[in-house]
Amino acid sequence: MVETIRHDILIVGSGLAGLRAAIEAARSSNGKLDIAVITKVQAMRSHSVSAEGGTAAVLYPELGDSLESHAFDTVKGSDYLADQDAVERFVSAMPGEIYQLDHWGLPWSRREDGRIAQRWFGGYSYPRATYAEDKVGFFEMQTLYDTATKYDNIHFYQEWFVTSILAEAGEFRGFSAIEMKTGTFAQLLGKAGIMATGGSGRLYSFATYAYSSTPDGMAAAYRAGIPLKDMEFIQFHPSGLIPSGILITEAVRGEGGVLLNKDGDRFMKKYAPNKLDLASRDVVSRGMMTEIEEGRGFKDEATGLDYLHLDLTPIGAEKIKTRLSQIREIAIKFRGIDPVEKPLPVRPVCHYVMGGIDVNIDGATRLKGLWAAGEAACVSINGANRLGANSTAECLVWGKITGAEAAKYAEGRPRPDSAGEKVQLEEKRIFDGIFHGSGATNPYEIRDALQKVMAKDAFVYRTGDGLAEALRTIRELKAKDFLHVEDKSRTYNTNLSDVLEVESMLDVAEVVVAGALARTESRGAHARRDFPARDDGNWMKHTLAFRGPEGPRLEYSAVAVTKYQPTERHY
Amino acid sequence: MKDLKLVVQRFDPVKDASPKMVEYAVPKREGMTVLDALLYARDYVDHSIGLRFSCRQASCGSCGMKINGRPRLACYTQVEELGGEKVVAQPMDNFAIIKDLVTDLGSFFDKHKAVTPRLVREDGEEQERPTGEYLMTPGELSKVLQFTYCIKCGLCTSSCPTVATDERYPGPQALTQAYRYSADARDQGGAERIAALDNSHGVWRCHFAGSCSYVCPKGVDPALGIQLLKRHVMTGKPPHAKDEASKVWKAPESGR
Repeated sequence: MVETIRHDILIVGSGLAGLRAAIEAARSSNGKLDIAVITKVQAMRSHSVSAEGGTAAVLYPELGDSLESHAFDTVKGSDYLADQDAVERFVSAMPGEIYQLDHWGLPWSRREDGRIAQRWFGGYSYPRATYAEDKVGFFEMQTLYDTATKYDNIHFYQEWFVTSILAEAGEFRGFSAIEMKTGTFAQLLGKAGIMATGGSGRLYSFATYAYSSTPDGMAAAYRAGIPLKDMEFIQFHPSGLIPSGILITEAVRGEGGVLLNKDGDRFMKKYAPNKLDLASRDVVSRGMMTEIEEGRGFKDEATGLDYLHLDLTPIGAEKIKTRLSQIREIAIKFRGIDPVEKPLPVRPVCHYVMGGIDVNIDGATRLKGLWAAGEAACVSINGANRLGANSTAECLVWGKITGAEAAKYAEGRPRPDSAGEKVQLEEKRIFDGIFHGSGATNPYEIRDALQKVMAKDAFVYRTGDGLAEALRTIRELKAKDFLHVEDKSRTYNTNLSDVLEVESMLDVAEVVVAGALARTESRGAHARRDFPARDDGNWMKHTLAFRGPEGPRLEYSAVAVTKYQPTERHY
Repeated sequence: MKDLKLVVQRFDPVKDASPKMVEYAVPKREGMTVLDALLYARDYVDHSIGLRFSCRQASCGSCGMKINGRPRLACYTQVEELGGEKVVAQPMDNFAIIKDLVTDLGSFFDKHKAVTPRLVREDGEEQERPTGEYLMTPGELSKVLQFTYCIKCGLCTSSCPTVATDERYPGPQALTQAYRYSADARDQGGAERIAALDNSHGVWRCHFAGSCSYVCPKGVDPALGIQLLKRHVMTGKPPHAKDEASKVWKAPESGR
């Protein structure tokens, strides 16, 4: 017997996009709608807390910034794959979101005159990264979580693991989920749903991501017949700290930090003569990998990883302590280096997924009644490469939009009675298939093997041969007998949720690699050694991956161009 | 390198009568955190170990537990700083155990919610439909900044002797957040928020053991926050009067 829980709007994910959506749905419906936030972690633990450096918005037109400039920088950063109508909507909405968070209590860093401070970030023509020290995502999460406590019509389902999307007659009905505390399997039914489940960065082990950033939400959408868009575009941030990839924010370079090779050379002058270390992330990461491959890097003995130096000393002790205090804390604690004195060992690190669940400009998926927002979704404002400080911003803008849209849709509609038979099949799949399943392969070793092949063949530089090999490996891993658990208790069984995560990782990794193999050009973060040039004639289009019986089936869709025709990119 | 002796308190209340300590051998590596060691044991030795974790960089607050007798974040504790030979992991005190190292923080979040942890303003329309910024100088910001670093990990509350004896006491986390919002230059709800804590289960229950400040991994000083709250209760005045709260700087209508 499957337990049934009913609400009007069901939001999956409690990061920036999910919380912003919940608040918008709650306030725009004036208490009339009953909203649930379902999250596999506790509500303030989502990966959004790890965002560090800034949130982009035009706040100082009187000093020369403009919406036009923010839009152009974003489109250029995207290597012209962003949808320009979405970008225009995005930049116009952002100043209001910064003020909104100020009004809800966010401790933005301030100028002497009391106004909100901003700083430089990579790929921008104006210092428009709004910041709160170097804990921007953390403070945004705190502010939204605390603001959500005001609404009695927002209910949190904390540590509930969503396993599938339930739909009937082409309409959204709800989700199936496991309550981690008790192991109860339930269906949550609602009129409207929003997927705000974040990115899939844990496809890589050297990642800035929290352990929780697995593609459960993306895989659920894919299995429900909704395509994933542009998944081959994965951002490798230039500065992940050795050994585990903790993010060293781009704000370090925005404040004056520089990248150096083992000869002490400021090598970015070769790759981006104007913007140097503050070129867009794809450009800087390629510069770094070229330096490493040509033998001008260092090697970390313990991990075997190659790295370069990020030197913060030009910033000066005072600014490091006040504006980059968390970075200093992280470097001392996790690497034993005080950046006031010595350079940090960094290398390109998986940081962001430009692709996601295919949605339109309002964040609506192809399934009636279901929206997606934030990193889980692909609108797309990021195209082939996202600019720093635009991801937290996107979560806010499309969190708000989807919250309002879902509320508008839900008002006046009846609640669904049931979700059909799929939930029984899902219960069988999970409990008969996995909980009572058997097999010889350790699922954690499947995860390790997947992460290894992704790091080898789907990293900063790619080749057709490498990607084909990766695709074969992923399919071999999928065929192994890892769908079983050792933990036979229903209580807080992370062994079970881990196996479900590994299954989702394999599905989504297959989409990433298949899309990358098909795209025979280099654009933004997708750099093919065998096709080094951008090919607008054939490839200025979005990839759409539908789930098929033999793996992903690829289709393509047009890019919306309003003002900016593609030209060659220089930084 | 010799293996690390990792001892984990195991307990599933649904099937076990009492907790037991189980030892795992974990190969050590340079820079290993207690979370790394626990994940090694869970991934390759015993998949059933229950633990809660996420960001691994001391930002999310998931992995609070008692390590070698003291409340700490597992991700933020190096094996080496504990001597490098033996690590004993137990769940936090003052919370019910869900399983192994995972505790139930439900009442902890409820207490946080009960102190009105958000800006309260009298300009409701402006607060929800902003026309600009609430001005706040760096000096005003610095008065509350350390208290905003709270990651809600629960370590302070788990270490508090008063929480152990009075379940109605809000605890250091919630009280500190009451101070944080009341002292924010933009807030106008201080008087009501502070008055609600002036009772026998409120601020006066704190007898200043200071363990909260000792264990906080983020440099927050909850003991100080609570003493500051007491001062405002005593004087009957919030940190600032309502009409002294931040004024709105209006953004120009157009020009972007």
